[in-house]
Amino acid sequence: MSDRLIPAWSLTAEAAGSIGIPAEWPDRITKDWAIGDATGEGVDVCILDSGVDGDHPFVGGLESAVAVTLEGEETVVGPDEIGDVCGHGTACAGIVRSLAPACRIHSVRVLGEGNTGSADLILGGLRYAIEQRFEVVNLSLSTTKRKFAELLHELADSAYFRGTVLVASAHNMPVESYPWRFSSVISVGSHEGTDSWEWYANPNPPVEFFARGIDLDVAWYGGSTLRATGNSFAAPHIAGLSALVLSKHPGLTPFQLKSVLYLTASNTGGNQ
Amino acid sequence: MTDGSSYQEAVAAGMLPSEESHRALLQSIVDVARAIFGAKASSIFLLDREADELVFEAVSGEGEGDLIGMRIASSTGIAGWVLVTGQPIVIDDLQQDPRFARAAAERTGYVPQGLMAVPLANGDTMLGVLQVLDRAKDRAFSLGEIDLLILFANQAAIGLDLLQTARRARAVAERGEGSEAVVARIAALLRNTEDEVAGLRLLEALETVLSRLAR
Repeated sequence: MSDRLIPAWSLTAEAAGSIGIPAEWPDRITKDWAIGDATGEGVDVCILDSGVDGDHPFVGGLESAVAVTLEGEETVVGPDEIGDVCGHGTACAGIVRSLAPACRIHSVRVLGEGNTGSADLILGGLRYAIEQRFEVVNLSLSTTKRKFAELLHELADSAYFRGTVLVASAHNMPVESYPWRFSSVISVGSHEGTDSWEWYANPNPPVEFFARGIDLDVAWYGGSTLRATGNSFAAPHIAGLSALVLSKHPGLTPFQLKSVLYLTASNTGGNQ
Repeated sequence: MTDGSSYQEAVAAGMLPSEESHRALLQSIVDVARAIFGAKASSIFLLDREADELVFEAVSGEGEGDLIGMRIASSTGIAGWVLVTGQPIVIDDLQQDPRFARAAAERTGYVPQGLMAVPLANGDTMLGVLQVLDRAKDRAFSLGEIDLLILFANQAAIGLDLLQTARRARAVAERGEGSEAVVARIAALLRNTEDEVAGLRLLEALETVLSRLAR
């Protein structure tokens, strides 16, 4: 292959035997195979949100915390000196931690600079998270600004091919918004149950999965806890489950991970 | 003030319902939101793009009368998060949030227990946030309630969009100096005069004279 000058858009006969991918798949993918005894250890999960209070007992420490700010028209990533500006990021981090206790949590704060330019901050933060090669990025947010859709789409595809799983909360408003609608991300809505370990595959996308998103006790700003509801809390459940799967089965691609989540959902017979 | 759209906006401004009518529409929206959810209060924040701040535009219930015009940050706190992320959220036990509780107490002396917040959007433009505070607890919370809030938010968004369009149009008419502004002001006078028919006849006569002159 090394003497070929064109990119790997095709496969020669002699190369076909040299690109074997080691994979040991059981006859049946079950929940136990996917996440049994998994802790999330070794997996980096990024919370792209309002910042995270790492000292909150539900969060139990952060691996890193940065803030995205605007300097002129450029987005700049620097240490987060402020922390959570809403409480929501801390809630998401706490949910991830409750499912994947040993994962490493990183915070990328993209709120706090005003509404103007907020979509730029989301893009800048996502670009940073993909460059860091975090395995899982939780995006409990979306933008309705159409001019950002194409850039977000490119970023989502690049994450997909680089092995970063983007978990995005689905919008239940009747407006077009992104990135949850892209097929390269895992989109999550809420089911009405109260079991954090239960998730469903949706036979009618674009919302692909339903996870717990109602009446949750979540971590919040200033060490407090609140009871909260919203799709934005369903996404970190799937992010935490993704961390579990990836800690037990490192190297799975986003495509494979999505398939495992599908096969182990409560409504596809994999709930065992 | 020279292009066709300015002219149309200016003329439209004269024919638009007054600021008071729009305020009444928004007030009605928060009143009904409060009634639907059996809530203690409901409010609409409008995004002031120039200042990049959220402004209380309508309030029903607790804080009514005191909060209109009050401003808060557009990307922090719960309302800011809802505006920037476009995601609806429901939160209970709000008094546990020290920053929210302090700010709410300073504003109204009233710290709600629970809050539902939903973005108000027109197409891809975020206009503001609708909040419902302390909904009735005598029924189990369900996804249907969020769906209802979202349906209702669409109506509020339309009201807010109309209000903003009217304000822009009125600004064109009131600040303009060209002939369009004059026409707009005449249109407004006509709308507000009791003898509308006589006013219109006068204008028609003027148009006849002018069109003869133009020949």
